Amino acid sequence: MGMTAERLDATFAALADPTRRAILARLASGEAPVTELAKPFAMSQPAISKHLKVLERAGLVSRGQDAQRRPRRLEAKRLAEASQWLEGYREIWEANFRRLDTLLDKLKTKELRAKKKRRGRRK
Amino acid sequence: MKNSEGLQLTTRGDREIVITREFDAPRRLVFEAFTKPELVKQWLLGPPGWSMPVCEIDLRVGGKYRYVWRHADGREMGIGGVYREVAPPERLVSTEVFDEAWYPGEAVGTLVLAERGGKTTVTQTILYQSREARDGVLKSDMEKGVAMSYDRLAELLASLPARGMEKSAGD
Repeated sequence: MGMTAERLDATFAALADPTRRAILARLASGEAPVTELAKPFAMSQPAISKHLKVLERAGLVSRGQDAQRRPRRLEAKRLAEASQWLEGYREIWEANFRRLDTLLDKLKTKELRAKKKRRGRRK
Repeated sequence: MKNSEGLQLTTRGDREIVITREFDAPRRLVFEAFTKPELVKQWLLGPPGWSMPVCEIDLRVGGKYRYVWRHADGREMGIGGVYREVAPPERLVSTEVFDEAWYPGEAVGTLVLAERGGKTTVTQTILYQSREARDGVLKSDMEKGVAMSYDRLAELLASLPARGMEKSAGD
């Protein structure tokens, strides 16, 4: 995996913002110029351009061929690398915690039964 | 990211990994599940194929713990450390070093349990000695995992919060 630490940091910092994630989600369905990307947001075009610059620096977005429209497009490979990086670790903990859910359910049921028993005995 | 159990996994700063997850149980029980060997053995198992034949816990400040996992194919993996803070049922701080550590130095794990309305939010923070150590841990776990296909990438993108977008109107 040829991803340097700085590159990963830039990628995760870029993904940490909801507007930038929304821009990526939009670009996932096809390239688009800045004017179109700005439309769904209550934000000025320069503000959107700023977000795009962060995404470009992180390698998540690039500029398309058309010099006039200057469409932006998603660099899916970079995003996949960033996701993968956390994914293995996440899967391990998700599996652990699903088992812990089951265990906690058992413990709660056991406690409840013990409580009822004690109450029954007192009568 | 999409996941029904609400697990949040993030990196913080240069050296930390933070994992957060809510459980439908009082924190007293959650704390027990994290600190009683007969309970820990039932869930802290990692990927499929692993069991936990050794789980020793001496739950006091300065006390040691030791975990050993064994895979069906014979591989073993051990980890151990010392408790630095023990405050049931809300906080536990311990050092951790793998037997065959593939990263330098020991890490410090902090477990914080917060209860609200009978539910417990678990926050696990692991502080490594360097960024290289932390990234090494995440990377090795990643390489063990299955490579993410583009289908799953699409799924990930679809699950990203896309506010104010036509595509998410049906959600």
